[in-house]
Parts: sequence; C-alpha cells; structure tokens
Amino acid sequence: MMSQFLQVLLSGLATGSIYALVAIGFALVWQAAQTINFAQGEFVMLPAFLVLVGLNYFDLPLWGALLFGLAMSILILGAAFKKLVVEPILPHGGITLVIATIALGILIRESVKEFYSAEGQPFPSIFPSDPINIFGAVVSLQDILNLVLSLGIVVLLTLFLNRTRTGRCMQATAQNPAVAEILGVDVKRMVLYTFLINAALAALASFLITPVYLAKFSNGETLGLIAFIAAIIGGFNQIRGALVGGLLIGVLDNLVATYVTAEYRAALPLILLILIILVRPQGILGTPEGRAV
Amino acid sequence: MAAWLRRILIVALITLAIAAPLGQGNYIIYVMTSWLVFSVAAMGLNLTLGYAGQISLAQASFMAIGAYTTALLTLAGWHWLAAMPLGVLACFVVGFGLGYPALRVKGHFLAFVTLAFNTLVFLVLRNEEWLTGGTYGLVGIPRPNLGLFSTMRSLPFYYFTLTVTIIAALAMWGIVRSPWGRAFRALRENPIRAESLGVDTRRITLLAFAIGSMYGGLAGALIASLVQFIEPGSFGLAHSLRILLMVAVGGAGYFFGPFLGAGVVILLPEILRFTEGYYLIIYAVLVIVMLIFVPTGMIGMWGRIRDRFIARPVARADLQQGAQLK
Amino acid sequence: MSQPVLSVRSIVKTFGGIKAVRGVSFDVHKGEILGLIGPNGSGKSTLFNCILGQLEPDAGQVHVYGRDVSGLRPSKLNRLGVGRTFQQLSVFPKMSVFDNIVLAGQEHRGTMLSRLFGPSDAGLTADAERMISFFRLDHLRGTLAGSLSYGQQKLLDAAMAFMAGPALVLLDEPAGGVNLTMLAHLRERLAAYNAEHGTTFVVIEHNMEFVMSLCTRVIVLAEGAVIAEGTPDEIRSNQTVIDAYLGG
Repeated sequence: MMSQFLQVLLSGLATGSIYALVAIGFALVWQAAQTINFAQGEFVMLPAFLVLVGLNYFDLPLWGALLFGLAMSILILGAAFKKLVVEPILPHGGITLVIATIALGILIRESVKEFYSAEGQPFPSIFPSDPINIFGAVVSLQDILNLVLSLGIVVLLTLFLNRTRTGRCMQATAQNPAVAEILGVDVKRMVLYTFLINAALAALASFLITPVYLAKFSNGETLGLIAFIAAIIGGFNQIRGALVGGLLIGVLDNLVATYVTAEYRAALPLILLILIILVRPQGILGTPEGRAV
Repeated sequence: MAAWLRRILIVALITLAIAAPLGQGNYIIYVMTSWLVFSVAAMGLNLTLGYAGQISLAQASFMAIGAYTTALLTLAGWHWLAAMPLGVLACFVVGFGLGYPALRVKGHFLAFVTLAFNTLVFLVLRNEEWLTGGTYGLVGIPRPNLGLFSTMRSLPFYYFTLTVTIIAALAMWGIVRSPWGRAFRALRENPIRAESLGVDTRRITLLAFAIGSMYGGLAGALIASLVQFIEPGSFGLAHSLRILLMVAVGGAGYFFGPFLGAGVVILLPEILRFTEGYYLIIYAVLVIVMLIFVPTGMIGMWGRIRDRFIARPVARADLQQGAQLK
Repeated sequence: MSQPVLSVRSIVKTFGGIKAVRGVSFDVHKGEILGLIGPNGSGKSTLFNCILGQLEPDAGQVHVYGRDVSGLRPSKLNRLGVGRTFQQLSVFPKMSVFDNIVLAGQEHRGTMLSRLFGPSDAGLTADAERMISFFRLDHLRGTLAGSLSYGQQKLLDAAMAFMAGPALVLLDEPAGGVNLTMLAHLRERLAAYNAEHGTTFVVIEHNMEFVMSLCTRVIVLAEGAVIAEGTPDEIRSNQTVIDAYLGG
C-alpha cells in the first residue's frame, strides 16, 4: 500500500515538475508583457517535432537534434512570436491578443498535422527508463532524472533572476516597467529575454515529457490547460507559485487516477480551478493585487 | 449608417436569405442551414465577447448541452418546441454556475474556466453511455413537425431555421438597444466610470455570459435536428475556438459581425478546397494578419474603407484621449 | 446638529511603510460645499479613494447618513446616493452626450429585468433633457462625447455625477485644465445646482481661487493629516497653511 502510494507520488512529482516548467514560462510572459498565451500548450508540442525533423531529415545525432530543436524553438516561439504577434497586437488590447494566440495555437497544431504527421510519433528518450527501487517503490529512472533535471532548471532560473544583473533588471521590468525605464533598464530587451526564456523552458519541457507519451500534434491541448491552471493555482505572479502549482497538479492527477476515478481524471483541472477561485483567488503563494473592479 | 439605409439593407438581406436556397441542391441548402446555426451560436458569443468583453471558450460545449437535451427529449417523444427551451434553460443555469465563480476575480478567468469546462462536457458525453450513447452518440433525432409544415426535407428545415434565427436576432437586438446594451457599451469604454455610476459590472457581465450561452444552447438544439446524429467529437474544444474566431473575424461588438464571421468560416473550406488540408493553416494566418491590421474584424474593415473614401466629419483626435483611467 | 451626510473617522492608509493618510476625521453636513486642499503628496487623493471604496483603508470608517460604507463596491456606494467625478476625463467617448447622461441615471431606475425588457431610455428622456439644459449642453445632445471640447467634457462629467439625484457628490479636481471662461461657467453651475437641490459636495482642487469662491468650508491636509479647517477667509489668513504650501 505504502509503496504504491510512494510510487504514485514520485511519478506525479516527475510529471508535475515538467508542468511547472511550462507554467513558469507562462507566468513570466504574463508578468513581462501582459500576454496570456493560449498557444502555450502548442509551444510544448512543437519542439519535439523540431527534434524529430533534426533526427530524420538532417540525420543529426540525438544531442545535435536536441540542440537544433532548442535553438529553433527559441527563434520561432521566442523571438518571432514576440516580434510578429505580440508586439503588433498588444496595443489593440488584451482580448485581441488572446484571440491571436488562440489562432496561433491552431496554426501550429494544423501545421504539424499537415506537414509532419497526424499520427503519434515515437520520441527518443533522453534517459533510460530502467526501473529502480526506492524504499520499496518501483519508479523508473526516467521519472527520477526528469524530476531532478526540471528542479535543477528551476533552481538555475531562480538564481539567474535573483543573482545576476540581467535577472534583476528583468524582475524590475516585470514589476514596474515605467520605473525600470527611469532606472536605465533596457525594458524592451528584458521583455524579449522573457519570451526567449519561455520558449527555452517550453522546449526543455517538451524534450522531457514527449518520451513519456508520443509526439502528437494534439498534445498541446491538455498541456496548455494544465500549465495555465498550475500558474493560477500557485499564484500568477510568482515563480515559486507556478512550481508549487505544477507539482501539485502532477501529484493530484496521479492520485486521482489511481485512487478515485480514471474516467474523470481529466476533469481535475476544472475542479481545482473553481476551488482555488472560491477559496484563494490570488493563488496559494500569490498576493492579492487588489479587488476586482 | 443612416437608419433608413440600414432598414433597406436588412430587408434586402432577409429577402436574399429567403430566395437563395430556391432551386439549389441539398448540399448547398445544408451549408446555408449550418451557416444560420453557427450564426446563432456566434451571436451569443458576441454578446459575451464583443459587448461584455469576456472570453468564453466553451460555446461548443453549450451547443452540446442544447443538442443533447433536445435530442434526448425529442427521441423520447417530446416536440422540438418543448424540448428546445429546456436545453436553452439548462445552458443559462450552467453558464450562470460557471460564470459566478469565474467573474469574481479580475483577469481572464472565465477563459480558463470555460476552457477546462470543454473537457468536462466531453468526458460526461463520452463516459455516461447510459444517457448519451457514449462515443456512438445519438442517432435518428427527429426534426420538428409543425402540422402543415413538415421539416423533414431540407428546404422546409432551412426556412424553419431561418425563422428561429430571425427571432433570436430580434431578441438580441432588443438586448443591445435596451439600457443593458448601453451599460455594455459603457463597460467596454470605461469600466471604472461605469461602476462609479452604479453599473454592477460583475452582475451584468455574468448575465451577458449566461444569455450568450443560451444562444449556444439554441444553436445546439437546431444542429441536433439538422444533422440528426450527434456525438461528443462534434462539440470539442476545436469547435469552441472555431466559433470564437467567427466572432473575431466578423467583428466583435458589431451586431452583424457574427453572421459575416460564420459565413466566412463555413464558406472558406469550400473556397479553399483546392488547398486540400491546408485551409485551417491559411485561415489561422489570415486571422492573425487581420488582428494585426484591423483588430475590429471585417465590419471594422468596411468602416476603414468608408472613412478613407467617403468624407465624413472628423472628430478631433487630440480630444479623444483622457478616457483611459489608470 | 442633524446627522452628517458624510462622516469620515480616523482613516489611515499606508503604502509599503509610508503613511499616506494618518488618521483623518471630518464631517460634512447637508448642503455644504467642503473643499479639500493641500500641497502635492498631502494625501488628498488617497483619502478620496478611501472614501469612495477604490482603496481599502488600513483603519478607520466612512459613514454615509450613519451607514458604514467601508469596503462597499463603487457601484453599491453609488446606489446609496454618492456620486463622483474623476480627475482625468471620464466620459464615454463613443457614446452621445444624451446616452452618457441616460447611462448615469438608468441603474437607479427599476430592476435588472425592467432594464432588459423596458424602454431603451429607461424612462429618463425628460430628466436627461433637463440635466443637459441645466449644464447648457443642449446643442450638443447628439454629439459623441469624445468630440466635445475639454471643458465641455468636464461639464458633462459633472452632469453625469448628478443624474441619479445623489445626496453627496465628490468632485475630484473639477477645474483641472479648464480654461477661464469655462471655469466661471462650471463654478456658477455647480453653485446653482447646490442652491437648487441642496446637494452636498466635497471638492478636491488645486485651483485656490476656484475652491475659495465655491466652497463654504475648507479643510487643509499636509503630510496625511488635517492642519487647518475653516471658512475660506479663515484659511486664507492661516499661517500654518501658508507655511505648509511654501514649505511643500
């Protein structure tokens, strides 16, 4: 009993930590540019296919293909997304931008479907999936390494944001762009960095999570939803919040599927979302931004 | 637009809608009927999005609620005219229940709640086989029989749908020109000022969403009878997004925007048939490009052309700022 | 003395360690025009926003006709009979003058349902016409509010605050940016409205001349506290006030 619980908990933490990467990117972009990116799920789906392109069309070795996928993601989902979609549309208002990101999601999804394949594609695993034994629980090595790696990325990111000059400038920009500008921060550049980091986080999450499933054009639908909910549950304006939200969803999802209902496990995000709105609308670690007007 | 010109235009459009399907094949009539159905769904979403400024990503789910309620009841022997109102009412209740928590918080929470709601509806439709037939769906849904006027053939059903659409549009016209409509416009232009003048922004937004969802239910009741076969896959997230884009493309916040947007979304696959599978890709690109250059949609585009080529009194731009309150 | 229309009790508001308002109290009685002045950063705007429910004070209460209104949403406060104007222009630019005025009154008429199914003007056409005439905007009735001149928009803004027949109106810098002719007109109309309806005003204003000629009583704030209170004449000759302005 206990060992099964531990097993469920650990593999939940492993997927949860990957969700957290996506949620953190989502929250960063939201802070820096008031952009609610409804294509975030597709941002996680696409990089896996870029890697497959590198492997199958350019005959790159796995590490080369991963680097290729990462670079292309940063270019397309970071720089191009900001320059071609967010920058021209943001002045028209938040709702217009939301609709544009929805259209972008459709564009990415359909492009992958038409230009690559509508079928699920096997994706090479970065880590071996040998089972290992931890206190009686049988967990795959892949899960453990996924967890370690994504937590490592979060720690690095936090260090970067808190300890480096660029990171602190990015934080200042997110909190108050007008003041940051006066203090001599290159606000535009900082916002661009945020988009690049979001793209990189999405790509890394993609590389870690896709081996668990298959690479499929429709993967983004659930992933995006889970990332939004993780960010909301944890607290929209906090990296720690998105991390906690992601881990929580990963674990709860596994627990619900194992112990409550497998048929309705996909309804968990909705239930969590409504609960958090009713009980703690600012998120578990969030601070209230003032009342709704 | 001058009032008389608008009236002539409306009469002309209705005449066209009556005359167009005459002598056409069943397929064309089917396409036209589904244009009407999606116009109804988009009209409802336009109230939520265009007038009340809230994003709902679950209009297809409300169509599902309307469609399944109507289908189940008509299969059990009810008349469509009795079954449809129940489906529509169910949508109001569900919309209210979803919107109530979501609209308590500032930000686009309704978008997230409705996004997640799509999944729940899909799961219920798929898992509760005893009620919904699961993945096999419901087959053989009857079309309404109106005494002398049977709608089993496609042309009479088209006219039936047209009548329902016109009634729904008139009701919507009543809403947007009532004091509510004025409150919506005020809300869109300056929510803080509206609130300070006693407009209960939260409540009116919630009601707009619930009423908009009712139109989704009505569209669902119509599509159940049109297609006569429904299954969970016809009401997925992709369809909700499709209706949202109809509203955006036509022109959110304009009364006739949804009709135009639905027309484009229904007809585009036909026009772009030569591109085979790529039409959604082309469509998505067109939408993004349109949002960059004319965020107000096709009706806004017409306004630009008119301003450009037909001289009209110009408001002084330097006096238009100031509405923004921080 | 009768019950005050507005009673402000020991309001405190802190922003991250800085006390913007430190325990301000005052009463306003029916028919009074109270001026609230003070140098920049004296806390008048913060106080104003606390009274109006835009900010939540850290301590203290606000009573309107003896009723505690702390924490009420702005729309509820408005329905209790408190109108306001904003420092920045805040009309609805793409609606006509008439629609702006009707909107300002309609939420006080009937119910949610009657506003959905009832007449489009909510039965307010006559009242709206009267208000438009009162502020001499008749010739602009159908004009879009956004294309009015700045001063005309300020007039419309004030007219909107009065449309629901409030007992108390808070005016946030009504004279800001208005030219001299329009200023005289605005002051004259506000005074006339006060005389005709006995409506109580609280006015925040930088323009001393405007405050001194319109108000019946003036309160001076400095560094978040009341430093002087009295008739315009008393304030004019008050040494503390003069020092506060020169020092600030």
